[in-house]
Amino acid sequence: MDAEVAVVGAGPAGLSASIEAARLGAKIVLIDENGKPGGQLFKQIHKFFGSMEHLAGLRGYDIGNKLWQRAMELKINVMLNTTVFGIFGDKTLGLLTTMGSEILRAQRIILATGGSENTIAFPGWTLPGVMGAGAAQTLINVHRVLPGKRILMVGSGNVGLIVSYQLLQAGAEVVALVEAAPKIGGYRVHAAKIQRAGVPIMVSHTVKRAHGRDYVEAATIVRVDDDLKMIPGTEKTFDVDTICLAVGLTPLSELAWMSGCKFIFVPTLGGHVPIHNEDLETTVEGIYVAGDIAGIEEASIAMEEGRLAGIAAAESLGYAREEATKLKKEIKERVQQLRRGPFGEDRYLAKQRIMKVAPR
Amino acid sequence: MDDEVIICRCEEVTKGEILKAIEQGAKTITGIKIRTRAGMGLCQGRTCGRLIARLLAERTAQVLEEIPPATVRPPVRATKMENLVTSHGE
Repeated sequence: MDAEVAVVGAGPAGLSASIEAARLGAKIVLIDENGKPGGQLFKQIHKFFGSMEHLAGLRGYDIGNKLWQRAMELKINVMLNTTVFGIFGDKTLGLLTTMGSEILRAQRIILATGGSENTIAFPGWTLPGVMGAGAAQTLINVHRVLPGKRILMVGSGNVGLIVSYQLLQAGAEVVALVEAAPKIGGYRVHAAKIQRAGVPIMVSHTVKRAHGRDYVEAATIVRVDDDLKMIPGTEKTFDVDTICLAVGLTPLSELAWMSGCKFIFVPTLGGHVPIHNEDLETTVEGIYVAGDIAGIEEASIAMEEGRLAGIAAAESLGYAREEATKLKKEIKERVQQLRRGPFGEDRYLAKQRIMKVAPR
Repeated sequence: MDDEVIICRCEEVTKGEILKAIEQGAKTITGIKIRTRAGMGLCQGRTCGRLIARLLAERTAQVLEEIPPATVRPPVRATKMENLVTSHGE
């Protein structure tokens, strides 16, 4: 099989990239290992922030539906339940489908593989009942299954705060939210919402141990000092059946490593990130990244990065030469708006660091 | 954190076993993987990789920046060999 542009991952970044590139005339194959497209969009039941161009006010699943509908209108070739198991030689992708394996030769590749949840290790963390906060969110919002009745949330970034609220909405009790840092990590508005609902947010606290024989029955938390060292004698134990870990995400970048992309370590963006330029092209010509693989940010930015990568890939194939410059400029301005403010500023500076070492 | 805590849950490798590998001279995540099987299971190190990087940084005076993930090899998702040799399309 052949494609002008192979897009790996059909989340917000991959869908947006495919739509733009297809709209400009490129022949796309969009691949996702899941049975449903949309990545994490369909479990986002809260309204997005930002401006109208960023579809602010819409809920994640509405955005997912919109993107999917557009992809269908453009008759994009989407391969679901298909895993890219490797990238070989010059842009040859090995695919695993439900029927076996297949080879896809592409002229350009856009990697939009997203991120994976981090974990922390403590005695008892492998007991059933300890899970990523994202996994809990998938259970309640996609599968409509409550993972437990009494929850300890670990981590006060936006994921921890939002999932805590949604667990309350789903009927669970969030016994406490602990945060190792001395202050809350996520947006004030999300924190206030769960505090109003009676959830204590305990900063400078972390989980020390999960108790239970076959599953989680209780959790011990402990206060930590400024160096994040546990302070003996400050332990408290709660009866909980679920411990959710919301301790950050890491770019899911195996395929970029395998393709020979050069990386840079940027803690603000989740760790090792493939070096990329303003058009999201990596150090390997014709391979682009977009979304969380290019640095952990938000769905709104993932969509904009996807559009940019899609346009840049199509442009490099000779499509829409005149239109591309204007389109890219508009998107770059919108991305800059999204990275304003106390939360965006750090990510803006981190991205600047990457651009500096990127190929032109 | 005590030495019995599991770090790689797929291959059930404990913190103590990883520290022992570091004592024996492992300086990279790949070095740990070769000695202990940590990261060779179903998730291919996606869960334990960062935990091991942290242990390496603590014990070998490296900074996290200098510790890349283990070498990536196909298939990046665990599968049966049967699936790789059953080809269709061409």
